[in-house]
Amino acid sequence: MTAVYKAILNLVIAFFFVISLEGIARKITARIQRRIGPPWYQNFIDIFKALSKHPFSNGWIFDFGVLMALGGAIATAAIIPMGSTFWTPFPNTDNFFVIMYLFAVGSLGMAMGMVGSGSPWSAIGVSRALTQMLGYELPYLVVMSSVMYMYKTSSIHLLIEKQATNGWNLYVMPIGAIVAFISLIGMLGKKPFDIAVAPAEIASGPMAELSGKYMGLLQIMHAFSIFVEVGLFVDLFLGGGSLGWFLVKFIVVWVLATLISSVLPRFRIEQMLKFYWGVPLGLAFLNALFVLLGWTF
Amino acid sequence: MKERTMWEQIADSLRSRSLWMLHYCTGCGAMELPPTMTARFDMERFGVAPMATPRQADIMLITGYLNTKTLRRVIYTYEQMADPKYVIGFGSCTINGGIYFDSYSTINRLDYYIPVDVYIAGCMPRPEAILEAFNYLMEKIRKGEADGWKRYKENYEWYKQNQIRSLGEVYVHDEFHE
Repeated sequence: MTAVYKAILNLVIAFFFVISLEGIARKITARIQRRIGPPWYQNFIDIFKALSKHPFSNGWIFDFGVLMALGGAIATAAIIPMGSTFWTPFPNTDNFFVIMYLFAVGSLGMAMGMVGSGSPWSAIGVSRALTQMLGYELPYLVVMSSVMYMYKTSSIHLLIEKQATNGWNLYVMPIGAIVAFISLIGMLGKKPFDIAVAPAEIASGPMAELSGKYMGLLQIMHAFSIFVEVGLFVDLFLGGGSLGWFLVKFIVVWVLATLISSVLPRFRIEQMLKFYWGVPLGLAFLNALFVLLGWTF
Repeated sequence: MKERTMWEQIADSLRSRSLWMLHYCTGCGAMELPPTMTARFDMERFGVAPMATPRQADIMLITGYLNTKTLRRVIYTYEQMADPKYVIGFGSCTINGGIYFDSYSTINRLDYYIPVDVYIAGCMPRPEAILEAFNYLMEKIRKGEADGWKRYKENYEWYKQNQIRSLGEVYVHDEFHE
């Protein structure tokens, strides 16, 4: 029973905390551009306004795809450990592979629904998003395999416990942590890699046909995805700690990603693939070699 | 005016604080939007943000004169927007035709074709005037007076009749594939 309460706490934190952070990210970007920027709660207003509008549907595949995306993201966010074994809702299922597979359900639901809208912009956006997934997943998974090989487990809360004795993975394998952070920026869809959602070129890409409530649901889904992506990075590379420390580390990683993204322009799709399959993938393999040889700190 | 329920009042105050805009940049008014968006005037502090597609937009900015060819596209775009939707007409061109009042291909009064919630006078309005118009529109939405989208539904026959009288037909032909 406590597991359910902890999962609900996970979702509540994912909703309020991450959406506030998104607003703060808009504020930070505005300050960098010497603007005042919207208030930090602007994203709450945006979401609830979007939910209050009267949308258009594009058939049941479209409706189902949006719901599947939201459901997949919620299911993944519910099983993410928050910094310690105590704040792990389901200690037997928080396997890295379970999380990656469940997370793919959300992305595929979004892809299905958006292509189901029939708009060419959506189709282009979805194909770009899936290509980008191919780009960042490869170095990320190579780094993750070396982490799991080193500690001989793929359970996230066990990896956190191992880091408590062994030191943060950020210090144990710095190259791997850097590669994972670069992949994280691509996962979040932040600035150099916001190819899928390119408002100026392909009219918001996958979201081209989303109106009103669908847009609100997708923004909530996006918040849960951010919680999963950044939370996983914090758990795997920045060690454990209490719930408060987890949230502080979360804020640090998020603000760093925002600062990087607010000063960079956008890659083209083939530049992104060349980038990810070049230096980060090479560094990921180098990191794996170091782990195999036992050359870690 | 009809009494609003509490839910509608909350929804209206949310809508007033988060206006996503679609700028239909047909005329000179488009030039005034970049300074309004960027560092000097910064409209994002009011929650006004540009959106790329009509499906997500709340307000449509008609930035200047409209000839009959673009009016068809404007009507299409307006009808694609999701329901509480508002229109701002920029400059004297949308009020009475402005300096194009005797042009054979330009419409004079936008209000005949789609309902306009706020007009900005001037040729062209400065960014200060645009921000003033946004604030005025927010006030109107909060009071529930910005009901252009309801008027368009109620008087659809009248608007359609005006559109057909000026355009012949509203249908947009696909010039490349027909």
